[in-house]
Amino acid sequence: MEPEKTTFRLKVDTRYVVSGFSRTTLVAATLLTAVCVLGAQTQGPIRIGFLTPLSGANAQNGRDILNGFVLALEETGYRSGGREIQLMVEDDEAIPAVGLTKARKLVESDRVHFMAGALLSSTGYALAPYIHSMKIPMIYPVVSADDLTQRARSPWIVRTGWTGSQPNHPFGEYAYHAMRLRTIATIALDYAFGWEAVGGFKRTFEAEGGRITRQLWTPLSVHDFAPYLASIPRNVDAVYALFLGRTALQFMRQYEEYGLKDRIPLIGQGTTTDEHVLPAMGDEALGAVTVLHYSAALQNPANLKFAAAYRSRFTRVPSYYSDGGYTSGKWAVAAIEALQGQVEDRNVLLDAMRKAKPADLPRGPVELDEYGNPIENIYVRRVERVNGQLQNTVIQVFPRVSQFWKYNPADYLREPLYDR
Amino acid sequence: MAGRRPGRNSVAIALAVALLVVAPPLLPSYWVGLLTQMVILAILAMSLDILLGYTGLPSLGHAAFFGVAAYAVAVLSVRYGANFWVCVLGGILIGTLLSAVLGLIVSHVRDVYFLMITLAIGMVLWGLGHRWIPVTGGDNGISGIPPLEVHAGLPFQGPLALHYATLVVFLICAGLMRLVVRSPFGLTLRGIRENEGRMKSLGFNTWLHCYLSFVVAGAFASVSGVMWAYYNGFVSPTYLDLTASSELFLMVTLGGPSTLVGPMIGAGAIVLLKNVMSAYTARWLLILGIVYIVAILAAPQGLWNLRKRPSA
Repeated sequence: MEPEKTTFRLKVDTRYVVSGFSRTTLVAATLLTAVCVLGAQTQGPIRIGFLTPLSGANAQNGRDILNGFVLALEETGYRSGGREIQLMVEDDEAIPAVGLTKARKLVESDRVHFMAGALLSSTGYALAPYIHSMKIPMIYPVVSADDLTQRARSPWIVRTGWTGSQPNHPFGEYAYHAMRLRTIATIALDYAFGWEAVGGFKRTFEAEGGRITRQLWTPLSVHDFAPYLASIPRNVDAVYALFLGRTALQFMRQYEEYGLKDRIPLIGQGTTTDEHVLPAMGDEALGAVTVLHYSAALQNPANLKFAAAYRSRFTRVPSYYSDGGYTSGKWAVAAIEALQGQVEDRNVLLDAMRKAKPADLPRGPVELDEYGNPIENIYVRRVERVNGQLQNTVIQVFPRVSQFWKYNPADYLREPLYDR
Repeated sequence: MAGRRPGRNSVAIALAVALLVVAPPLLPSYWVGLLTQMVILAILAMSLDILLGYTGLPSLGHAAFFGVAAYAVAVLSVRYGANFWVCVLGGILIGTLLSAVLGLIVSHVRDVYFLMITLAIGMVLWGLGHRWIPVTGGDNGISGIPPLEVHAGLPFQGPLALHYATLVVFLICAGLMRLVVRSPFGLTLRGIRENEGRMKSLGFNTWLHCYLSFVVAGAFASVSGVMWAYYNGFVSPTYLDLTASSELFLMVTLGGPSTLVGPMIGAGAIVLLKNVMSAYTARWLLILGIVYIVAILAAPQGLWNLRKRPSA
């Protein structure tokens, strides 16, 4: 019995391995030929590699970024600087190692001219050394980890989004002076995004004379806010909250259920009431004052046009993720146009990206500082119901806010990163 | 039977290795990277096979040792600027020590209880990676691990050098693992899997065998973790999480447990499927799910055991 089994198995499995291999070589050969052909003709399409989570818990936010980017390219008819634009999208699953593998594919196999995308800070950090070593320009539309454009920056990363603490520096001063708040309790998701935002807020709020009397941190997987809401001191002037996605919806609901909504005003990071969750909220969100570099309710002509186009194309209100994707798309197009489509030299392309100043952005004027982070308007918004729909009505604009706020960048960078 | 099977396996291994050696210079660097990834994960899947396939202990926390070793390399190289051998040996040592300590806890239980305890331990370590911020960098992980070939001071650089270095490590590990499962010790493990009570009554210390099996599997997983840290250049808590452990579990069961070659094929197949399909369709998870279901229905013992007749 045994020998017979032996030969049979060997035959089958050899075939399996061999056919797998020949398929691989076939694919490889095709790719090699494709690379040679593309290399021979310099004026092929401009290839843009786009990484974003399209599956898993972060899929909708990832989809919003992609939609915004696609909208910006569609406006150009996928042509810029006299050349066709080819968009190659890969799902990074919001897992850093997967993001890196997909980045390798885009750069080494698809030979993209530059990349854009990524949602999570962890993916942003994981990609940074690779981007730097391959000298491939990459636009980060959303990734907000402070240090990517501060203490651990790479010139090859062009961030068109924000840092988590950026809106919170002016917001801390606003809370003290305009809102006349003196004591605040914070409740935030327990990871770098939460620490950096709360850290930035605390810094300026306390510098003005305010006091953070209690800081609560909830795990990302939090399902019930009851124990946290119970430990919020009832004598504070306001509660600062930082959540997003499912946690934002649930926090808002429970905040009202526990009778806190009528007793203590709610303020927070803009993601808590961002348009990716706002349409799913009810009256519990009314009156919350949050801060971000975008609001779908901005009344400038560029945003009115963008929001209308986005709604009709994707039947959703644009979120700050959508605006992030759209702005980075406009950014890429501006750089390509400045070079008249000659994007082959990566150093020149990077330079063009850093100097790009696309006009008519929905969030208002944006330019990059020398560290590769945007200087942009910061909006304080209040949730209101207008024509039956909840929206983030802008109540205060801080123009041209840098990631360093009013501080000297050199001094700022000598201090440690915000943490718990 | 025990004498022949590894013989057959070694032919197949020789064949696969020949392909892994000859093909890379002809392939674009991205494909070389994928091959390297397959080889590293093959070591990991084979190490779980010692536990799952040969000893019959289903672990849902095996990625923990892989992740801890990777973290050790990251912390040693990035935070302390340690040299190559300190990082490599440190990674393997810490991973192995951890499995030696945790093995004391888990080796008492079997079946679903083993599954639960390893799952819990895996989650605890994941939580540690997530929350022990001064050391692990929390959610953001640690990036900036130097490339293996630079850190080791190899004369050659680039993806090919890394691939061949990984291949050498793989060959050594595969050889050692084959030795383990062919040895009397390995036979005893299989005996425990089939009927622990009988092995006990024959005078074997089954607890000790299970414990050693756990440690050996942990050691090889650590080797794989060290290579993975160098391959990716960063670590993050996702290395330790349940998804990583369950995907590993799938590699072994899809390829065919208690064969060593099966998990190797499983690792290669899953890496290839995920990366090739996701390039063509956004619905790749659906396809992957269908592949798993078909594989479980058509080849419940795994691909490598597909043509094996039911034993008489």
